[in-house]
Amino acid sequence: MNIHEYQGKEILRRYGVATPRGYPCFSVAEADEAARKLGGKVWVVKAQIHAGGRGKGGGVKVAKSLDDVHQFASTILGMTLVTHQTGPEGRLVKRLLVEEGADIRKELYVGMVVDRATQRVTLIASSEGGMEIEEVAAHAPEKIHKVAIDPVDGLSDSQADGISRKIGVPEAALAQARAFMHGLYRAFVECDASLAEINPLILTGEGKVLALDAKFNFDSNALFRHPDIVAMRDLDEEDPAEIEASKFDLSYISLNGNIGCLVNGAGLAMATMDTIKLFGAEPANFLDVGGGATTQKVTEAFKLMLKNPAVKGILVNIFGGIMRCDTIAEGVIAAAREVKLGVPLVVRMKGTNEDVGKRLLKASGLPIISADNMADAAQKIVAAVNAQGTAAT
Amino acid sequence: MSILIDQNTKVVTQGITGKTGAFHTRLCRDYANGKACFVAGVNPNKAGENFEGIPIFGGVKEAKERTGATVSVIYVPPPFAASAIDEAVDAGLDLVICITEGVPVRDMIATRKRMEGKKTLLIGPNCPGVITPDEIKIGIMPGHIHKKGRIGVVSRSGTLTYEAVGQLMELGLGQSTCVGIGGDPVNGLKHIDVMKMFNSDPDTDAVIMVGEIGGDDEETCARWIKENMKKPVVGFIAGVTAPPGKRMGHAGAIISGGKGTAQEKLAVMEACGIKVTRNPAEMGKLLKSVL
Repeated sequence: MNIHEYQGKEILRRYGVATPRGYPCFSVAEADEAARKLGGKVWVVKAQIHAGGRGKGGGVKVAKSLDDVHQFASTILGMTLVTHQTGPEGRLVKRLLVEEGADIRKELYVGMVVDRATQRVTLIASSEGGMEIEEVAAHAPEKIHKVAIDPVDGLSDSQADGISRKIGVPEAALAQARAFMHGLYRAFVECDASLAEINPLILTGEGKVLALDAKFNFDSNALFRHPDIVAMRDLDEEDPAEIEASKFDLSYISLNGNIGCLVNGAGLAMATMDTIKLFGAEPANFLDVGGGATTQKVTEAFKLMLKNPAVKGILVNIFGGIMRCDTIAEGVIAAAREVKLGVPLVVRMKGTNEDVGKRLLKASGLPIISADNMADAAQKIVAAVNAQGTAAT
Repeated sequence: MSILIDQNTKVVTQGITGKTGAFHTRLCRDYANGKACFVAGVNPNKAGENFEGIPIFGGVKEAKERTGATVSVIYVPPPFAASAIDEAVDAGLDLVICITEGVPVRDMIATRKRMEGKKTLLIGPNCPGVITPDEIKIGIMPGHIHKKGRIGVVSRSGTLTYEAVGQLMELGLGQSTCVGIGGDPVNGLKHIDVMKMFNSDPDTDAVIMVGEIGGDDEETCARWIKENMKKPVVGFIAGVTAPPGKRMGHAGAIISGGKGTAQEKLAVMEACGIKVTRNPAEMGKLLKSVL
């Protein structure tokens, strides 16, 4: 689960990590009010969306007067912000963060992730703040420093100071940077984060260490112990289809192609998508119906796929293990009838009671195309969709 | 022979009385030599009772002492799964297979730390389990799609493993052991660990390695294969079409920071002399071609 920058900063402050003062705003009036409360001469108006690259897209502006704040807030609120992470359709800005301006002397990078190889939380830091860490990794990998944190001992002072020195934190600011990293680590662990990025972490003219940005992802398997973080979820930032899917315990992700696919198991679902691409088309979604695919679940899955107007055909790929193919077939038939399916449907079933399942599909009288294996299924649905396209023109 | 488990393995089931545990314990007990293998269950609130004839103990240690169980399988709910692993490790079992899906990563980091220096091996969490066909099945895979043979299968995904097995069966190829290592980022045995076991197993002639996006376990294993493996290995990686930053079902199946793409994994595997296919319908055929 992702949260907004201002929410990330609230969490950081709870753990004693220094951030600029600021307020989230949902309207221009609130932005005006926030700037007045903050006082000072410089403010930053920042679009709050769950995507990076906001500055380049025009979603972050430095204001030198209250009029500026008003002007920028009016422009940014309600704009469709396009960044390299939003895709070409962009994201509608509904929230702002208005902050006091900071005197930036140096921009650094500090992040934390769970490293699979060491099976530990790893602190990543770089002197090259303010740009994407992937870019730094590609062009100047020697400027990225990592330290794996022992889960029992935690982050040690010598680890924190060592990495601070490597990224150019001056001696006078070492103690502050140490407190910063300790706080960040505690926040990461106690909130069950899967990723935290402070980019940039800045050194100010007065020698302060501040988190100028905050990005957090959380382990969705651990949300049950964090109702406060669940409350930060912003449904406006999520794909409505994915939200709908989660209600039925379906794992769904929207993609850009035109062939919907319904599969049991995440690995097999990915493999099915890959096969569609291998035969020259693109999948419209990832959809894992899981182990206990009931008729109701399959029906909801069909409805979900068909809500996407781009879908011109559907491929069902089920490996019936514990779940029997005849049960799946009944689900598919019921679903196809209920949604009055108007696009080609290819079904590939393998495993327990495969023959019974196939007979049921055939006897249903529905125009279901049966396939013997994954490649056959993909070829058949691609051909059916292409034929449809030709017929229409 | 086989790897990890065989018909003489004695198993204790943690979470035997829950819905999932009960359902799959029945299927495991009914498979091949299962009746002799599944010797104990654990539930502190039901100690002294039995599950359809399988005695239930208050803890893993007691179950081990009383029945000689050396392997445990875990079906307990996610919030308690890591401490169930801890208990099995503390009891000194040889192998723990954690089926539970949805275990918090933080819990697994702590559990893996506790396991350092201990002899217990872990498979999973979030995995289908392990099967040595016609001898024993520990986990949730459908037993009847397998048969005894000389091909090893190691995979991060469940149904995709069954798919590989199904293809082998169509070509008349049985399996020595099939290991589902699970789709979580912090887990027990990795591809490389299982590959080493297959390499030393006189009853395994070749291996199918099924991977997916995320992490670099497949690359690490591929490099080891290049230097050490005496048997042919073929591979498939799921997720060529997966977009970056999106978690594809499994907690570990995510391309992040430009790392862990299927293309990258396939390229490394090929460079290490592993035959790979981009068509998952051809895993079995490819394996047959290298025998």
